[in-house]
Amino acid sequence: MLSIYLNILVAGCLTGAVYGLMALGLSVIFGVLRVVNFAHGEMMVIGMFGAFLLHGAFGLDPMLSLPIVAGALFVAGYGLQRGLINRYVAMPDHIQFLLLLALGLVLTSSNLMLFGPDARGVPLDYAFDSFEVGPVLLDKVRVYAASGAVLLALALWAFFRFTHLGKAIRACADNQVGAQVIGLDVLKLYAVTFGIGAACVGAAGSLMVLLVDVHPYLAADYTLLAFIIVILGGLGSFWGALLGGVLVGLSEALSGFLIAPSLKSMFSFGLLILVLLLRPQGLMGARQ
Amino acid sequence: MTTEAVGAIRSRQSGIWGLTPRAAVALGLLVAALLALPSVAGDFLISLMVVILMAAYLGQAWNVMMGFAGLLSLGHALYFGLGAYTASALFVHWGLPPWLGMAAGAAVAAAAGALIGTLSFRFGVKGVYFALLTISFAEFTRILFDHFDWVGGSGGLFLPVTNRADNDLLYLRGSSTMFYYVLVAMTLGALALCHALLRRRVGFYWQAIREDPDAAAALGIDVFRYRMAAIAVSSAMTAVGGAVFAFYYNNLYPETTFAMHRSIEMILAPIVGGLGTLFGPILGAFLLHILGEGLTVATEGLGVDGIKLWFYGVALLVIVALRPAGIWPWLRRRLGLEARP
Amino acid sequence: MTDDTRTMRPTGPSRRDLGRWTLAAGGFALAASSPLRFARAADPVKVGVLLPRSGHLALIGQACQRGADISVPILADLGYAVELMNADTESSPDVGRTQAEKLIREGAHVLMGCFDSATTAAVAQVAEQRGVPFVVNIAADPKITEQGYRYVFRNFPTSAMLGMGGLSLLNDLFQATGATPKTAVLMHVNDSFGQSMLGGINALAPKIGLPFEIVETIAYDPKARDLSVEVAKAKAAGADLHLVVTRLNDAILMVREMVKQRYEPMGIISPGSPGMYEKQFFKTLGKNADYCITNVAWFDPKQELNGVLQSAFEAAHPEETYELNVGFTFEAVLVAADAAKRAGSTDPQALTEALRATNLSNRVMLGGPISFDEKGQNLNIKSAAIQNRDGRPEVVLPAPNATMEPVFPMPGWGSRG
Repeated sequence: MLSIYLNILVAGCLTGAVYGLMALGLSVIFGVLRVVNFAHGEMMVIGMFGAFLLHGAFGLDPMLSLPIVAGALFVAGYGLQRGLINRYVAMPDHIQFLLLLALGLVLTSSNLMLFGPDARGVPLDYAFDSFEVGPVLLDKVRVYAASGAVLLALALWAFFRFTHLGKAIRACADNQVGAQVIGLDVLKLYAVTFGIGAACVGAAGSLMVLLVDVHPYLAADYTLLAFIIVILGGLGSFWGALLGGVLVGLSEALSGFLIAPSLKSMFSFGLLILVLLLRPQGLMGARQ
Repeated sequence: MTTEAVGAIRSRQSGIWGLTPRAAVALGLLVAALLALPSVAGDFLISLMVVILMAAYLGQAWNVMMGFAGLLSLGHALYFGLGAYTASALFVHWGLPPWLGMAAGAAVAAAAGALIGTLSFRFGVKGVYFALLTISFAEFTRILFDHFDWVGGSGGLFLPVTNRADNDLLYLRGSSTMFYYVLVAMTLGALALCHALLRRRVGFYWQAIREDPDAAAALGIDVFRYRMAAIAVSSAMTAVGGAVFAFYYNNLYPETTFAMHRSIEMILAPIVGGLGTLFGPILGAFLLHILGEGLTVATEGLGVDGIKLWFYGVALLVIVALRPAGIWPWLRRRLGLEARP
Repeated sequence: MTDDTRTMRPTGPSRRDLGRWTLAAGGFALAASSPLRFARAADPVKVGVLLPRSGHLALIGQACQRGADISVPILADLGYAVELMNADTESSPDVGRTQAEKLIREGAHVLMGCFDSATTAAVAQVAEQRGVPFVVNIAADPKITEQGYRYVFRNFPTSAMLGMGGLSLLNDLFQATGATPKTAVLMHVNDSFGQSMLGGINALAPKIGLPFEIVETIAYDPKARDLSVEVAKAKAAGADLHLVVTRLNDAILMVREMVKQRYEPMGIISPGSPGMYEKQFFKTLGKNADYCITNVAWFDPKQELNGVLQSAFEAAHPEETYELNVGFTFEAVLVAADAAKRAGSTDPQALTEALRATNLSNRVMLGGPISFDEKGQNLNIKSAAIQNRDGRPEVVLPAPNATMEPVFPMPGWGSRG
């Protein structure tokens, strides 16, 4: 019995880490721009399709094509912020919501027209392998994906902590007017931030395609999932996103096992409601 | 609120419903056209009008909360579903006439709204967080209803369908035309109600709270009470719409009734039409559905699945880009329908 | 509201008179004016096709559409004149309803669709109110033919029929292979389809006398992103047989997870749900897709028309799998065309009467001749046991229709080529 619990907990943690990376992108964008990216799931699906295409064309393992996908999404995100979203940063929430919703609709329809409705997977030699550690069966793909997610999160943390650009972005998030006063190019910083958020979610897509087959209509569910995670951890909080991902992974695993699998997303929403009410800044967010 | 501020708002709304005589005549003609429509229109047009009026009515209901009181709800499918399920379950199990069931549904929805409102107010959940809280409650309830056997769970709840010659308004059994008139009445009723609310103290307070809750509180407005009133009115109105929907469609599944996309559809019309305006939701509902039907016809011949929604998305982007405050405020200025202050 | 009585067909004598009058008029037209009849028969019957070609059901909607499209030339060769009017329901009951009204306005004589039960139920209402016949290609919710509709005809098994056919084939399978499991775990998707299948299975299992006991029932969310916990739970139950009611994507997730967790029951059997016979399942899972069994309404390999349809389909769509979505959609168009031919008219009333009198033995799916009971349900649909073999679904039972012998218990994941 114990080994079942161990297996379930470990699988929950590993999947949760990838969820966390996906949510990190949302968190970064919100933390700086205060824009809630309702097209987040769509961006991840594009990342997944990107990894799928690169595998089909060059036989690239998604783990290897990840930098290409993330880079492409960085450029796309940068352009999107500069060309479109920037005009709406100061507008009310509901207009941003409609804008990103419409953008998501366009992206999903484009995906349907380009790729068709089929679910696409990346067939890998090791897709069905697992490591055996004592009584625990570790799914190889999940281990790779989760380690990738944690490494990327670390790299991102280092970027924000130690580089000049990262510090400038944080300054911008803390005090936009102040940042302008000391001569930071806020427009550019915003675009870079959105690019980083998009790159994050693109990278998460490359990893996610190892776990789930991609189809155009995956997007909406993952947008919602990213929200749950980010709010659990704290919107704009860095480690909070990862923690939130792991928590969601664990709570889904446990409630699925102990109560009823079909109720497991209800528990995620329940958890979210509780956190929103009791600690609206999130588990790791700073109280404002 | 100062007397000057009230006076300013009041003067902007002078004339009949804040409209010029020309606009009042236009409104009268519009209502007459709506009433006369079934005698000239075919079945397709009537059922399209049912969909449009439903969107206009629900948009009006949502507008009370967001447009008037500034509370962004992205989970209105919750109230819609509660109204639909309450009225239908009472009818299916105990044969209660839908109008009574509707009242019960409105009460249930208002209670749910009050619960969410109280919790969020008590715990200081605001803005985007409030919006996400509403989504969470709607999704939570969707899955809950999937497991609620008394109303059929995920297997769905079905209203008995009988083929009757006559329209039974008491039990809401009848043709599309009957539902059309019911919805015309509801849409105009909602319009009149919102108009009346806006002209009263509560309407001014709502707008004050929407613009700046802290300032409103400083002026002595009981922000909590008036916000709760907005939530209650909005959720009860939405529930009534849900109940009529249930009796029109005769089958309910949690999956489609509480769906996130239903919440989204509800808010499109008022935002596109003009948030916080009386005619915005109605105009938005008409425009969006005409756009949708037009695109269906225009893209039919292309044979590319998904292209219609692509164009629809692009059209929404264009609207947000050109008229972020909605189309009605711009249109009424252009057409000279607005009363001069 | 003067036109209400026209749109809502009354149940009283006036309606019966109307029907009698229509019949009489039809008979008169048949008997007296053959030129007129010929002129009308040459007019193709316009079938309004309502399928979810975009939205989250797009995959299956497009598969059904291929079945509808390919039916036109084949039916022309058989002497039927059909014209399709296609509409996309966007996987939404609300859109489906409006589109149905639109097709009727544009002159559809009969409606056909809509794959999912919620949209089908919504369209059935329109058909009923407008008095236009509606042939359901696929939708398993029993309620659709039990709400008292008179213009709705369904040539697809209800979930109860699917469950009945699926469960009774289990005993045949155990008998044919001489392997009998003692325990089973039932894993099902928790949506309207999964629920009604579960109800059917629970009601029928005692009557059929299954040799095994269902030791655990696991319901999962249709939107499940990950089924590792569910599979772990099933594995922990340690049952011999793994019974499933799935959709497509979750079927893939489930089997993949079973391989990863090295969970090897005697067999993976679905008593009548989609998923395991579909193209994507084979493509994604490769050799691990093999030996899964689905007991479902299927093609009859011994029917001549099936051969015609299959070769036409495979020539037109070499990339796609020839499966039941194609078959039942083809048959729905066939049923409508056949009714129009016999009615000698495209008048909705005459079509409805003709549909009621349908008796079609030249078909592609397994079962007796297509005919409808007073509720509009075709009861002559038989399930077959379909086993995945070398990346193709093959009929293994009932023996007279089989193309291969069943393999049960299935070989373990590690011992496959």
